[in-house]
Amino acid sequence: MAELALERPVQRPSRWIAALRRGGPRLWIGATLVGVLGLVALLAPLISPHNPIEQDLMSAQLPPAWADGGEPAYLFGTDSLGRCVLSRLIYSARTAVAVALIAASLAAAIGIAFGLIAGSFGGWVDQLTSRLIDVWMAFPPVLLSIVLAAVIGAGLTSVITAIVVVDWTRFARVVRAETLVQLQRDYAAAARVIGLSRGAILRLEILPNLIPLVVTLLSVEMGIAILVEVILSFVGISVTGDTPTWGGMIAEGRQIVYQAPWIMALPIGCIISSVIGFNLLGDGLRTVLDPVQRR
Amino acid sequence: MTTTLSVQGLHVAIGKGAHSANVLRGVSLKLQPGEVRGLVGESGAGKSMLGRAVLGLLPANATIAAGRIAFEGRDLIAMPEPERRGLFGRRIALIPQDPMTSLNPVKRVGAQIAILLRHHLGLSKRAALARAAELLSEVAIREPRRVLGLYPHEISGGMRQRVLIAMAFACDPSLVIADEPTTALDVTVQRQVLQLVERLRQRHGAAVLFVTHDLGVVAKICRTMTVLHAGRVLEEGDTADVLAKPRHPYTRALLAATPRADRPAEALRPVPPALIDSLWAEALRLDRLSAMAPS
Amino acid sequence: MTDILLRTGSLSFAYPERTGLFRRKEPRDVVKRVDFAVPRGSVLGLVGESGSGKTTLGRLLVRLLQPTSGGIQFDGIEIGGLAEAEMRPLRARIQMIFQDPQSSLNPRLRLGVTLTRPLQVHGRLKRRPDRRDRAAALLDLVGLPTGLIDRYPHELSGGQRQRAGIARALALEPDFIVADEIVSGLDVSTQAHILLLLRELRARLGLTMVFISHDLSVVRVLCDDVAILQHGEVVEYGPVGRIFSAPQHAYTRQLLAAIPLPDIEPGWLDDSSPIVPSLQQGSAA
Repeated sequence: MAELALERPVQRPSRWIAALRRGGPRLWIGATLVGVLGLVALLAPLISPHNPIEQDLMSAQLPPAWADGGEPAYLFGTDSLGRCVLSRLIYSARTAVAVALIAASLAAAIGIAFGLIAGSFGGWVDQLTSRLIDVWMAFPPVLLSIVLAAVIGAGLTSVITAIVVVDWTRFARVVRAETLVQLQRDYAAAARVIGLSRGAILRLEILPNLIPLVVTLLSVEMGIAILVEVILSFVGISVTGDTPTWGGMIAEGRQIVYQAPWIMALPIGCIISSVIGFNLLGDGLRTVLDPVQRR
Repeated sequence: MTTTLSVQGLHVAIGKGAHSANVLRGVSLKLQPGEVRGLVGESGAGKSMLGRAVLGLLPANATIAAGRIAFEGRDLIAMPEPERRGLFGRRIALIPQDPMTSLNPVKRVGAQIAILLRHHLGLSKRAALARAAELLSEVAIREPRRVLGLYPHEISGGMRQRVLIAMAFACDPSLVIADEPTTALDVTVQRQVLQLVERLRQRHGAAVLFVTHDLGVVAKICRTMTVLHAGRVLEEGDTADVLAKPRHPYTRALLAATPRADRPAEALRPVPPALIDSLWAEALRLDRLSAMAPS
Repeated sequence: MTDILLRTGSLSFAYPERTGLFRRKEPRDVVKRVDFAVPRGSVLGLVGESGSGKTTLGRLLVRLLQPTSGGIQFDGIEIGGLAEAEMRPLRARIQMIFQDPQSSLNPRLRLGVTLTRPLQVHGRLKRRPDRRDRAAALLDLVGLPTGLIDRYPHELSGGQRQRAGIARALALEPDFIVADEIVSGLDVSTQAHILLLLRELRARLGLTMVFISHDLSVVRVLCDDVAILQHGEVVEYGPVGRIFSAPQHAYTRQLLAAIPLPDIEPGWLDDSSPIVPSLQQGSAA
């Protein structure tokens, strides 16, 4: 009881509120950008003014509504085939979000598993896994994706597979390092003294301490996934058919960049804001979750 | 004979506004030339803060709310920064607590001492290294020339502390602040280090402010002592007097709570929580009375 | 009749030789042929400076490490060579309190969970509501307010954390506890509280303990017997009174002489022995 009096009385606002406040502007800006992206993707059919694949050749290459020659019906204008740019942007968000969520989660799952195993078993298992990761990371990712696409065929599966196959190493490396660090700490030794099995220690004691790291990495990885998808759809290996993608829009817009610059500029803007959003969110989450243990 | 160090009514607060906390509450002490004064207190008592205030190394969010610090008659608080920097390392030196983090891990020992000597004494590189070797033998390091070429992690902790002591006395300071220099050392090494500090102090005629929580160390090396709690001076005087006939109940309680190798176990008595409570209450009451209360 | 609860026979431990890609690490003897016997209900102090092997020895006793040679007998059972599965049921009887409660309490788990996990592992928690009761009882045992069940370790003071560490070690009601430097780094007032708490708990619960420390003064408060370790070997071993009043070994005498008692002693700082620091000399406690 003496200790409580030995120190200044500690004011205790709710733990969560204090943590969120720590996140600062990064957290809020990031969360807003990501939130907007998510909402747009989710509500695409509801908020999109037109059908994104509907062509109207009479209204091709219309500038945005506020410019000369623009029409109010097409807020951001139309592309060469008369498709509404705004609607295409909105529907592209779906592809982006789908890829971000699925690819990042799968890469994380695989990477964490490998990282935990390598970090906790040590010895030859660790050596083998680490060398595997080293070699794997040496592959140029985009090249690998193109090869995969050639083998599997173009499409969303191909994109997601390509991202997962390349980026699991990112998670594995970091998780392995952090697992090694955490296993050195006394609470891991204490868990063994209590009689916890190796698996239980990983699951119950180590994993909770990996959460801040993993959450941050996940957020960043989603941004990366979006970028990779953009590259692949720019090159034409991503989703097939008429499905709008930001990368595809950039590819189209590139052809007519002098006549209709907005067709290329707007998707770029969306990509930038999405990726920045994920990065800021990840950064903000790190400060929210980390100080719990690094006081 | 000017007083080497004179601290009068020093009030230091950390933080601003509602979150500010007073760490030093009207501390006064004096050091005469050649005097070794122990500054005793438990963690949170403010003893390190006092040392840092003298050195001008207070954290960014600390403010000196009131009081005066004078070194050989010169006001340290009002002194312009460049002038104060000229004093630090030369006329006022620090022996820090943790040798490992106080030495640059990527520079050899010789280089670090040489930088100090060249900066303050304007020696040439060759002269500085020669002098560095002399200093190392002064602190009883065998093979000084060899040690000059080693990195901090290649020498033992006790030796690192000796290097820091050598650096502290290198420029013939008149005031040395020793901030818990032996806390992290083995007890046999501690004795040697204390012997060393005493010898160097006598040779250079420096005054030493010896910050520690160990009453035993104070008894051995400090002629006078000051007891600090919650940023307040509770008792001071000649060490012999204070230890033999402590006046303040806190001092008495500390002595009674210190385990002694020469006394049976029954003699140990913990510090009564009520005493600590009342001391804190007193400190906070004084805060409110003076205008320095955190508001 | 007192019987021996824990006995070591020529206990040794060496870090194995490691061949890296460019370096070769020689095998390092850290604990060398250590013999002692701890009677039931008594406390043995293990004293040594850094590099003495005391922490490694502590970990051997709780079987965090496996001896390279020699044996450990716990209540007559040889545990030195046991496989993890065989060791598991015995773990409920052998526990450890760690030096740094900052790192020995899982920072992301609430105290209540940390305290009752040992009970869960050994199947002693029947129902959910049981957990809070047991956790509260443990906190009470070490003098902590029961409201701390829902707190995280970083919300506690150093002394409170250390008490929590003690509470966790007591959760399974072990017979034998190894305390590894549990009061180093604590303030004098906190240290005194912890030491007296341990003394009280030992008497109340009939604990047998091995108390590891670099501080001989602290050892005197708590221990019945003392073993002095230097470079992995026991250089002196005997009842606490004898060790302090009539030390036999030169190293013991050196250790005792080096302790700064809070008395004025004019000659203490004079050169008693030539200062000869070697590169092997230890530093951190």
